[in-house]
Amino acid sequence: MAELNKQEIKPAKIRLKEIAEKATQDAWEAKKRGEKIGWCASNFPQEIPTTLGIHVVYPENHGAAIGAKGGGQRMCEHAEGLGYSSDICSYARINFAYADLKECPELNIPQPDFLLCCNNICNCLIKWYENLAFQLDIPLILIDIPRLDAFECDQDRIKYIRAQFDDCIRRLEEITGKKWDEERFKEVMAISQRSSKAWLKAVDYMKYVPSPFSGFDIFNNMAVACVARGTLEGAEAFEQLAREYEENVKNGTSTFKVKEEYRVLFEGIACWAHLSYTFKTLKNFGINVTSTIYGPAFSFLYQNLDELMAAYSYVPNCNIFEREVELRVKDAIKNKVDGAIIHMNRSCKKWSGNLYELERQLREQAGIPTVMFDGDQSDPRAFSEAQYLTRVQGLVEIMAANKRQKEEQNRE
Amino acid sequence: MNKMEKILDELRFISTHPKQQLEQYLAAGKKVVGCLPYYCPEELVAAAGMVPFGLWGAEIQVSEAKRYFPSFICSILQTTLELGIKGEFDRLTAVMIPILCDSLKGMEANWRYGVKKVPVINVAHAQNRKMQAGLEFTVSQYRKIKKQLEKLAETPITDRAIAVAIKTYNEQRGVMRRFLAAAGKHPELISFADRNAVVKSSYFMDAASHTAKVRELADLLEQAPESKHQGPKVVISGITADYSGLIKIFDDCQIAVVDDQLTQGSLRFRFDVPLTADPIVGLAEQIGQIEGCPVLFDPGKQRGQMLIDLVKQSEAQGVIFVQTKFCDPEEFDYVPLKSMLDKEGIPSLLLEGDKQTTNYEQARTAVETFCEILG
Repeated sequence: MAELNKQEIKPAKIRLKEIAEKATQDAWEAKKRGEKIGWCASNFPQEIPTTLGIHVVYPENHGAAIGAKGGGQRMCEHAEGLGYSSDICSYARINFAYADLKECPELNIPQPDFLLCCNNICNCLIKWYENLAFQLDIPLILIDIPRLDAFECDQDRIKYIRAQFDDCIRRLEEITGKKWDEERFKEVMAISQRSSKAWLKAVDYMKYVPSPFSGFDIFNNMAVACVARGTLEGAEAFEQLAREYEENVKNGTSTFKVKEEYRVLFEGIACWAHLSYTFKTLKNFGINVTSTIYGPAFSFLYQNLDELMAAYSYVPNCNIFEREVELRVKDAIKNKVDGAIIHMNRSCKKWSGNLYELERQLREQAGIPTVMFDGDQSDPRAFSEAQYLTRVQGLVEIMAANKRQKEEQNRE
Repeated sequence: MNKMEKILDELRFISTHPKQQLEQYLAAGKKVVGCLPYYCPEELVAAAGMVPFGLWGAEIQVSEAKRYFPSFICSILQTTLELGIKGEFDRLTAVMIPILCDSLKGMEANWRYGVKKVPVINVAHAQNRKMQAGLEFTVSQYRKIKKQLEKLAETPITDRAIAVAIKTYNEQRGVMRRFLAAAGKHPELISFADRNAVVKSSYFMDAASHTAKVRELADLLEQAPESKHQGPKVVISGITADYSGLIKIFDDCQIAVVDDQLTQGSLRFRFDVPLTADPIVGLAEQIGQIEGCPVLFDPGKQRGQMLIDLVKQSEAQGVIFVQTKFCDPEEFDYVPLKSMLDKEGIPSLLLEGDKQTTNYEQARTAVETFCEILG
């Protein structure tokens, strides 16, 4: 019997994938039951819809999925046909196309009855959701989290976020007819903390040399951190992920299937449309990603309500620049990276606006070589395989020289 | 040279020679604070006895700023940073940088590392600006800014001084509204270039001096005989239309700009600061009242209805969107706004402006064709 149970346990990555798919499926079913469902920004305080038992889907994840499945260009071009500039975020363009077409061959999501927006990662989301609200003629709730101007979130911001949090609950109760339950909220917060801690524990295994997993796994697994952080299934799957990585460390195995010659920090969102190429090129050189901002920064740790409010201001792109640098430098040093590959993402003006200075500080403070390449999260047209390859080759040359130098010093 | 021409000539000079203006203030022993777009609380600067000075970029080519910004950030910020790095603003006491768009959010750190001599004052406005909590947040930020300004000015800022500054600025707003309305009715006297110069000079002059000159202009325009101008009448919408190449085309085509919905233009003057017991509350309340701006949260796209109303009230024949290249708030707004105009049967034209662009001949063809359509 014990043997049977063991066989029944699915690998964590499969469980996580299923959880993400189930979240979409649940939203479809809720919609069919006549419940109101929402479209939600990726870093919106998920504790609110989860506590209310409201189903939401995430257009950013949808844009990433469509990009990864090859539909990015077609959808972007459709949005451009509607009048949108090709300079606008490709997730937004894909979403406008989907809101217009209502379906696509890659992945369908139910149409929303309301919108939940949070601008902690970018103000682009405000404009994007304003347009959706206009186009679809549905209510829009914004939780405005102003970018921090100091290392820590101040009381003025916490008070402002808290008031919006309460207002959002009230408005969602009106829209959906569902009622807020403080006990359920406490439970959701506890589960969210459990998920966040498990996620942090799992990604922390990247510090081992060699790493027990391929860094690109994070790009896939983090979807659950977004869509099901407040669910028990999500927490359990992350805990299983951490256990699997621990097991890999013990056994000397890894999901990175070639010898780990070099370890790098990957800065930025993945190029979903070129995920395979960007991964395989690194793999061919034995380069594993052992540091990304998604590790330390997507965990939302808090002990009380004030800290919950503050936690949503510590997401990448909302921090003061020095905190953004520190997050990366600490992670890069802890995870013993040999270099960094930086994605100048054409879609994201916020993320890209400080990348040159970030690169300089990363070189100086972490003492590592870096290269930058041009790309886009979901519009394949902004990426060039040749440029990416050349940049990676350049980085490998420097990392190899540094490695030789270190070995020589060790011999001496 | 008649009186109107004399005043206009002075404002034209100031609008094209901001550095000279800055030097004058500095020579007079004034401290000057740079104000980036959008909605810096200039009244607090004035109340501290300092001069607010608008930094909206310049028509120059960028080289140094490319070490900080990628190419797809708007030229308003690129060229402002360029001038900063090259030391053009070294004698400013500080710069105020709001965070109302994603590119501005990146500007603050780039400024701190690129322009080390001039400290930054962060300006955060609540986007949920119509909520009480939003108002309170903006008030809290203004109080923080006030403290920073007091330190820089080495003088306390009293409520009375703020109230006086608000009165001065509201007066300027009122006079500018009069001027802009009258200018729209007299394109034969005020070209678009001059309309832009009068607005732009307000960013480089203390409010009272500017108001005095514009009041005279408004008086003269209101007394002028009815215009017999035959050119097409349009409303211009966008963040800014301060692109000399485009301005020349508008004037060459004898376009009458009967009203505008420009953030740098009439939106600066359209909404008075409410008079409140605590003047900082009034400053924050004003942010909640502004309509028609692409960088302020506008869930119902009031900006579109406002544009339609402006067209109808001014009896314009169409709208020209002047979109600043790489300004995503504008790029997002264009689609719903155009659809709203289309529904009303209002023709519109989209043009793109960039501080680094030197040739607008394609735009000229588009404008000429648009004028033909308007008839």
